[in-house]
Amino acid sequence: MRVSLFITCYNDTLFPETGKSVVRLLERLGHQVEFPFEQTCCGQMHYNTGYQPEAMPLLRRFVDVFKNAEAVCIPSSSCVAMARDHYPKMAEAAGDAALIRDVEDLLPRVFEFSELLVHKLGVEDVGAYYPHRVTYHASCHSMRSLHLGDVPMRLLRKVRGIELVDLENIDRCCGFGGTFAVKNGEVSAAMLEDKLRCVVNTRAEVCTAVDNSCLMHIFGGLHRQGAGIRTVHLAEILAATEEGMA
Amino acid sequence: MSIRVGEAARAPSFQQAAHTLLKDDQLRTNVRHATDVITQKRAHVVAEQQDWQRLRDAGSAIKAHTLRYLDHYLAQFEAACTAAGGHVHWAADADEANRIIVGLVQRHGGREIIKVKTMTSDEIGLNRALEANGIHPHETDLADMIIQLGHDQPSHIVVPALHKNRRQVREIFMRAMGLKELGDRPEDLTDAARRYLREKFLKVKIGFSGANFLIAETGGVCVVESEGNGRMCLTLPDVLITVAGIEKAIPTFRDLEVFLQLLPRSATGERMNPYNSLWTGVHAGEGPREFHVVLLDNGRTHILADPESRETLHCIRCGACLNTCPVYRQTGGHAYGSIYAGPIGAILTPQLFDMEHSQSLPYASSLCGACYEVCPVKINIPEILIHLRGRVVREQQSGANLECIGMKAMARIFYSRRRFEAAQRLGRIAQWPFERDGWIRHLPGMFGNWTAVRDLSPMPSQSFRNWWREREKGNSNV
Repeated sequence: MRVSLFITCYNDTLFPETGKSVVRLLERLGHQVEFPFEQTCCGQMHYNTGYQPEAMPLLRRFVDVFKNAEAVCIPSSSCVAMARDHYPKMAEAAGDAALIRDVEDLLPRVFEFSELLVHKLGVEDVGAYYPHRVTYHASCHSMRSLHLGDVPMRLLRKVRGIELVDLENIDRCCGFGGTFAVKNGEVSAAMLEDKLRCVVNTRAEVCTAVDNSCLMHIFGGLHRQGAGIRTVHLAEILAATEEGMA
Repeated sequence: MSIRVGEAARAPSFQQAAHTLLKDDQLRTNVRHATDVITQKRAHVVAEQQDWQRLRDAGSAIKAHTLRYLDHYLAQFEAACTAAGGHVHWAADADEANRIIVGLVQRHGGREIIKVKTMTSDEIGLNRALEANGIHPHETDLADMIIQLGHDQPSHIVVPALHKNRRQVREIFMRAMGLKELGDRPEDLTDAARRYLREKFLKVKIGFSGANFLIAETGGVCVVESEGNGRMCLTLPDVLITVAGIEKAIPTFRDLEVFLQLLPRSATGERMNPYNSLWTGVHAGEGPREFHVVLLDNGRTHILADPESRETLHCIRCGACLNTCPVYRQTGGHAYGSIYAGPIGAILTPQLFDMEHSQSLPYASSLCGACYEVCPVKINIPEILIHLRGRVVREQQSGANLECIGMKAMARIFYSRRRFEAAQRLGRIAQWPFERDGWIRHLPGMFGNWTAVRDLSPMPSQSFRNWWREREKGNSNV
């Protein structure tokens, strides 16, 4: 399959390793990856902070860039949620019939990374090797908007050498929430403290998720505490192989 | 129109209030414990209900239908209630409702009234209006009584004194009731409350209540509660006055089947409320001989007029969104500067009350969606929060607001691939003064809120797109 990668603005800028891992894994599985350079941001930050008119051109941009894609892969559940939950309504509000049609036509071809693997490509064992103790953090959008359920866990369980350990209060927000972490910094920090306690209690080496935004927040707290636990996007675990380790 | 929320009109912003409350370890422990207990009970009784999702659909559909035809159902309620011997009054705002209620009490020469728990009376500041006219209101719901005797503010829709533990309640009772000795076991506290309240129940001739549901078909009113103190207020006095928001209407008696399953399971984790009181007008020889119901608008028709947020009026005040909210669980209810706290408060307060601090409330959420997931009438609270944020931004854009300038500049960057790539290059240069040993530990301005408790790893030297470019040129090590 020809997969178009929407890397997302912050993965592009801050977490290129995640994007490289997505590319390596999909190619290893025999798929062709393309990266349209005109892509920038899905508009989530503006939309969720109350700058909805500013997000509108970003919706149009996303549609223009990806409307002919066979499948769009997004390694960030909150950006997928932005498209699925809000694009149809935004297009409707714009009263643009062509845009409404384009969005409706494109959305069924838009997949979160783990969703693409399990639901679209029908693969759970991707041949990964990752000899570490790992706990999985379920991001809010992956659970409550995308309803990913155990999809990421199904992929993780097939990873060789991995030791998986459950995270307590997995359904509770880590406190990131985009601009919330800055606008309500102290409440966000209190929420993070609760999350870090659960992560540390797992005695895992690595905390993983399908969103680097939560992980940036969690790792920022873990590093400040000197907890000695890393955060790694799911794609990087699934891309790891025995040969790669050597 | 004059809308008021009493003390809350001078409330600090959510951020300011949270700053103080987060330092109150006792309060946070109390809130965490209480919300944990209720959340677990709720999860248990919801899981055993096979058709829970369909019940939620039904609750949402009934509410949406009723609101669509609210004019019809309110008129039907008025006619049926009047035919059953009740008196229906209409109040456009808090002042009018208070005038009507004070007038009714004065007409009967009342100096005191006994009250069942009612959020709506708190919304209109009824107690202050009564006291200003020399009438003393006695709260009889145990938690509301604790709040009243402790000169406190409610912090939860269903469990107003959730932020107090039993040792604190004991102190409040001893002081207010003039007791020399009192244990802190639940039995001791309820015994003290009972002695105090029974005397009021037998003496005071005017009762006051809110309403959980107004049944349009029959003109009946429904109040659910856990203690039986409400039942006393509803049946013992000669005169009963009820205040209800106009959104409390439901079409038929049968609709209670849905709501009396949804409400107790969501609110207190019970299969059924211990006391379900239903009455229609007045009946010779039993109960109050005079019944008045005040139907309150107080901003509700404004909410109804907004298609993006009218779902707010579906709320049946169960409080499930508060208990599950990771933000509420940290701060408790007082941070919201309104009697309506938690996620529902964060959308209801800014729509009901035109106050400065309410501009901060739509941002008092990480948009995690836990509230929407538990809401028994499927109010998409995160969507409405985002909608209200849009309103706040529109109102702020008149001034030179730093956030607004920054967000618009960011948008311009995202509108162009060239500008986006330039910004990536610029960011890598701009971050170097803040970088030490491969980490950013301090940032200026509002970004300092991030680095207060979190480190930030700096932008790597190569963006993904530049890696891809190199790779296409065949220069990459992949």
